[in-house]
Amino acid sequence: MSAVARVIPCLDVDAGRVVKGVNFVDLIDAGDPVELARRYDEQGADELVFLDITASSDARDTIVDVARRAAEEVFIPFTIGGGIRTVDDARRLLRVGADKTSINTAAIRRPELVTEISREFGAQCCVVAIDARRCGDDKPTESGFEVFTHGGRTRTGIDAVTWAVEAERLGAGEILLTSMDRDGTRDGFDIELTSAVSSAVGVPVIASGGVGTLDHLAEGVTEGRADAVLAASIFHFGEHTVAEAKAVMAAAGVSVRPPDTLTR
Amino acid sequence: MIAILDYGIGNLRSAEKTLERVGAAPVLTRDADVVAAADGVVLPGVGNFGRVMQAIRDAGVDALAHAAVEADTPFLGICVGMQALYDSSDEVPGVPGLGILSGHIQRLPDGVKRPQMQWNQLSFRRDCALFDDVHEGAWVYFVHGYAPEMSDDVVATCSYGAEVVAAAQHGNVFATQFHPEKSGPTGLRIVGNFVEQCRPDRGEAR
Repeated sequence: MSAVARVIPCLDVDAGRVVKGVNFVDLIDAGDPVELARRYDEQGADELVFLDITASSDARDTIVDVARRAAEEVFIPFTIGGGIRTVDDARRLLRVGADKTSINTAAIRRPELVTEISREFGAQCCVVAIDARRCGDDKPTESGFEVFTHGGRTRTGIDAVTWAVEAERLGAGEILLTSMDRDGTRDGFDIELTSAVSSAVGVPVIASGGVGTLDHLAEGVTEGRADAVLAASIFHFGEHTVAEAKAVMAAAGVSVRPPDTLTR
Repeated sequence: MIAILDYGIGNLRSAEKTLERVGAAPVLTRDADVVAAADGVVLPGVGNFGRVMQAIRDAGVDALAHAAVEADTPFLGICVGMQALYDSSDEVPGVPGLGILSGHIQRLPDGVKRPQMQWNQLSFRRDCALFDDVHEGAWVYFVHGYAPEMSDDVVATCSYGAEVVAAAQHGNVFATQFHPEKSGPTGLRIVGNFVEQCRPDRGEAR
């Protein structure tokens, strides 16, 4: 066995609470990110991503508290993304127990931030998140995929594959790649985008955006050549568990860590 | 009390929380008296070997580690904290490690993604107290681009492009290339097994 694909549930957190409906029947508090994280851990999630989408600046510290509590309750790796603009922002999260920080718009605005975080804390905790869209007919980029920032609203004119390669060179230890065309559609990953980036970089790539069925997760690895797959809604609404996802992936020939590991 | 050597970098919080979860009393410290009084010592580490060694030396943690090992206090190095125990690393040639374990840290094989950032299965080479009640093929979480070369101290490996060292033991010095503090229930068991080695009443038995 060599490559083992990771399944990573993603939680959008606004002012310390999970948003996007979460619908587990037996949760005491469906809005508590740490309670949900524990549930995914029990189901066999390999890692977790908490994405801070807090808009108001006075509620920004709530994500630090989420990281601190998650570190007390969850014994698998977790990443915090959203709103990290400086090395100090990253340090605060890592110090309270986050394993990785993910940077997106801030890395486009100031690419040296990738190098700074990587040098300070190691490449393993420096995830660069890339939101990409297929180019229209006007001003296409080289690969046909363009980087967008600010949650997919702002064009950059930067080629997505070129940026991924550059991010790796700057010190990124992992790429979190989201297709903004597919995000929320449930039509499956953008396989062409995922495969283009995965083949271009030497660091692991997490595919994101568009998962609607468990088969999509397997396709992200078998066809998209991703090292990990990220999904939110198919897990949140209780449609599928992480364990079911892994069973489908294994049946499709993808190596995964089985959810029923020993001492559970 | 278990001393977690604090040299200013690394995710110390995870090691601390994991030790608490298995019933130990961890203390983050670089105080020689605290370390000398500890029943066990943990050296965590993430990131670049050169930066970690620099920080270890700047904080005086190198002397604390040597003293703990000389006193035969059970010692656990994790990830780059394991690598720091060896002589040297491909990652930063010329920077000496602590030299507590013999050998060199080498780059992971070609043909696989570096870093290895995933769960992988343990394959045991010989018995080790860390793995009491942990079965062959148990899954643990790795994040690393380098690993120690094979030696007689190696107690477990994983398969990643080639056979890659996952854990080593020399006397009371234990080391894991994977992160037990991030390896779910299996990891808690492994940390618990280390804590078991640190019980003061085991001193007579040793």
